[in-house]
Amino acid sequence: MQLAAPVFAAAAEETTPGDPMYPILPHLGELIFGIVVFAALYLFVAKRIVPRLEAMYAERRAAIEGNVEKAERAQAEAAAALDEYKAQLAEARTEANRIREEARQQGAAIVVELREQAQAESDRITTAARQQIEAERTQATAQLRQEVGRLATDLASRIVGESLQDSARQSGVVDRFLADLERDEAQGVSTR
Amino acid sequence: MSLGLLAAAGGEEGFTAPGSPDFWQPLFGTSGALAVTRPAIVLVISAVIIMVVLSVATRRLSIVPGKGQMLTEATYGLVRNSIARDIIGSKDFLRFVPLLFSCFTLILLNNLFGIIPFFQYPTMARIAFPLVLALVIFVVYHYLGIKRRGLGGYLGSLLPPGLPGWIKPLVFVLELITYFITRPVTLALRLFGNMFAGHLLLLLFITGGEYMLLHSGSLGLQIFSIPTFGMGVVMTVFELLVEFLQAYIFTLLAALYIAGSLADEH
Repeated sequence: MQLAAPVFAAAAEETTPGDPMYPILPHLGELIFGIVVFAALYLFVAKRIVPRLEAMYAERRAAIEGNVEKAERAQAEAAAALDEYKAQLAEARTEANRIREEARQQGAAIVVELREQAQAESDRITTAARQQIEAERTQATAQLRQEVGRLATDLASRIVGESLQDSARQSGVVDRFLADLERDEAQGVSTR
Repeated sequence: MSLGLLAAAGGEEGFTAPGSPDFWQPLFGTSGALAVTRPAIVLVISAVIIMVVLSVATRRLSIVPGKGQMLTEATYGLVRNSIARDIIGSKDFLRFVPLLFSCFTLILLNNLFGIIPFFQYPTMARIAFPLVLALVIFVVYHYLGIKRRGLGGYLGSLLPPGLPGWIKPLVFVLELITYFITRPVTLALRLFGNMFAGHLLLLLFITGGEYMLLHSGSLGLQIFSIPTFGMGVVMTVFELLVEFLQAYIFTLLAALYIAGSLADEH
């Protein structure tokens, strides 16, 4: 202290008596101020500020925990829904397979049935055509027979009607007949 | 040394280096020991500002914080979670949060006043204020220790277990000095010294620069005043860091001492 005194001697001379000579020594007035102000601040902070902040912290913690719970519940619900959808999907897939299988069987049955029907139809058509052909042939035979008779009668009457002296004429008759025959035939074909 | 040089180079008046008298600024009452000083007023203003700001900021607290609440919560969270909870432990740290939070905000704002225009006085550069805070912490941690173990048990617990018998008295004396003298004194002096020296440095650069520029009458010194002011700016920024750091360290150590008194083992 005595060593330090000269250093601060100038300072000590200038100051009022109340100021401690060394900056390391506390000033009484400031000490009292310090205690009072700090006590006031402490009480204020302890009674008003910290309780408010702590209440908010507690509220926030509760909110976060609530949110976590909500999220967990939502997750569980989502998992349940997913399981359900999966089950439904599997069911739908089985159903689709079953339907496809049925359709295939039905298709096969239809093809067989159609084939049988077509076969029967073709048989029927064939039979009908054959019968018709038979009928037409019978008819044609009958008609032909009638025609041949008439032609024979014609020919005979012409032969009888013509003089048979000239073999050339005779051959002409025959030629004419044949030509007539051919013409008739052609006419008959075209008319049919 | 350079100050003497400056004084020699200056005019008739010379340059007066800033010193501890610059911190003595009585405002009302000249009765000396009970004079109301500028730092005392600054301290009161700071406490009022803290109360008003905190009161307004915590009026409507919401779970999802807004911008203003975010800042309050960041400050409060620093003291509550990073200091109190991590050091004292989650069991009973909440009891000490008001104390630590008051200390932290009061020290921080008063330190910041060292570089905030119009205040420009680091209150903690007056030993009385750090001393008050250190004494509060001192009383609290001793009270906690004695309440927990009784006076004898508390003094006994100062001694680390597992020491050989012959060294016990020596260590006990050392621990006693640590707990009853070193801790409060260093707690107060660390804060005081940092603020005092830092502000003195700022005063030196700024008043020195001003003297060189306006009163020296020498062109060389006038030019040299530019880097001096530059240093003043740099030191101001540095002070900002120191001011925050000291508030943090004080609170951290207070929490450590309290935790030490609550801990089961030494």
